[in-house]
Amino acid sequence: MSQSNIMPGFKLTIGFTVVYLSLVVLIPLSTLVFQSFRLNWEDYVHIISNKRVLSSFRVSFTAALIASLIASFFGFIVAWVLVRYEFFGKRIFHALIDFPFALPTAVAGIVLATIFQPSGLLGKLLIDTFGVQVAFKPLGIVMALIFISIPFVVRTVEPVLLEFEASMEEAGASLGATRLQVFNKIIFPNVFPALLTGFALAFARGVGEYGSVIFIAGNLPYVSEIVPLLIVTKLEQFDIEGATAIALTMLVISFLLLFLINLLQYWVRKRSGQL
Amino acid sequence: MNVVQLPVAKLVARQPQALQDPDWLRWSLVTIAVCFIGLFICLPLGLVIVKAFSKGLEAYWAALAEPDTLAALRLTLLTAAVTVPLNTIFGVAAAWAVTRFDFKGKSLLTTLIDLPFSVSPVISGLIFVLLFGAEGWFGSWLIEHDIKIIFATPGIILATLFITFPFVARQLIPLMQEMGSQEEEAALSLGASGWRTFWSVTLPNIKWALLYGVLLCNARAMGEFGAVSVVSGHIRGLTNTLPLHVEVNYNEYNIVGAFASASILAALAILTLILKTTLEWQQARR
Repeated sequence: MSQSNIMPGFKLTIGFTVVYLSLVVLIPLSTLVFQSFRLNWEDYVHIISNKRVLSSFRVSFTAALIASLIASFFGFIVAWVLVRYEFFGKRIFHALIDFPFALPTAVAGIVLATIFQPSGLLGKLLIDTFGVQVAFKPLGIVMALIFISIPFVVRTVEPVLLEFEASMEEAGASLGATRLQVFNKIIFPNVFPALLTGFALAFARGVGEYGSVIFIAGNLPYVSEIVPLLIVTKLEQFDIEGATAIALTMLVISFLLLFLINLLQYWVRKRSGQL
Repeated sequence: MNVVQLPVAKLVARQPQALQDPDWLRWSLVTIAVCFIGLFICLPLGLVIVKAFSKGLEAYWAALAEPDTLAALRLTLLTAAVTVPLNTIFGVAAAWAVTRFDFKGKSLLTTLIDLPFSVSPVISGLIFVLLFGAEGWFGSWLIEHDIKIIFATPGIILATLFITFPFVARQLIPLMQEMGSQEEEAALSLGASGWRTFWSVTLPNIKWALLYGVLLCNARAMGEFGAVSVVSGHIRGLTNTLPLHVEVNYNEYNIVGAFASASILAALAILTLILKTTLEWQQARR
């Protein structure tokens, strides 16, 4: 506590916060770490270096990477259009962005599977015209992850675009910059850190996503089996050790990636003078 | 002043193309955005509604009147009724502690509050199996005392509590940070008690954000699938929540049943969005 703080309730609120946080989050989560201490190093390596496990990591991380890149690209355009332009139905359009947040993942899963299955609305169209099957293939995973990634990107970029000072653009314009130069040198560098955050959030969510993916993925081992599904499979076979080892690995990789992206973001902000 | 501003204004006027996107670009970007959202959001939204009623209203009511569906609905409501208030109280307490006081480890605490966001739902379920499952840490003790947590309602509630943990706090912390504590300090220095200050100064200021946080928390509590799926055991009529019931029906090729349950959840999602939008518009008007 600093200054001569007259605000009451510090002990009560901080006490409750810490106790509740420990009970609901920290203690349960720490069991994962303690549980994995029961494994020795060789067993751990044996579980993780299994070909099926490695394939699932490759599938999960590649699909999440591609999906969050695509969602970042289109999400940026959506945010731009929402902030800068006026068009018919914009308010409803704006409200719909959060739909993937609000829709339960299992519902999203069966809906996307229905749309993209070979006999489905878009699935049939894609097979007939391009010969591409989406559902029950790795591409299906990417589609599901794009769906859940959209609000993460749009909702992180939007406020930054909204607060962007017109005077900065005007300064650039008055010094003779073209529109492209204004965008490349003034707007984009300022929005980039937010875009990076949105990308990171989408990616982190995508790697761990389960409900919306399993219905559309086909779940073929080595091809379209994601890590969370493999954890569930191991649990159903009462292979607690296997499930723990895979889960811990995934958790550590996710945290490392988030940490790296935070670092990168810090660096970008520092370079562009926002810090 | 005018003399200085004029040349700049002229220059800017001569360079409007550097400040505005050309029409063709506007139109293409709007088209891309609308197509993208249409494909990924409007189409799924429309499909839930169409599918739920594809066999007519009667099939829909029949699917909903099924005892298993009703049991799933009851369990879902019970789960939300326990988890949402608890996480709301936590959210308010955490936001008060974090934004109204300075203390060591504050940024660590805020990071830890967000932790459940970056944990896969499946892992969120797994940790409770590790704690309370038959082979878990408290497994044998629980069996001895005949207490069921995993494959029972308490497990589902615990996993949901973990998943929805940060929602309310996340909404309140940035807002209360921005508001500062001058108004509360004024009330306190005029002799109001701590509770009085909270009820009549803080709460009116944060009520919309609080309500929105509660809405999001509720939507997730009712819709959580991965974490609940791991701890539930999928016992029909007993430990199936509504999202799990959707999965069971879908896997049994009972498409109408699956979409009937799904449409309840979708209706909840749409209701959440409508309330959220109303709240935003209300805030914008003020």
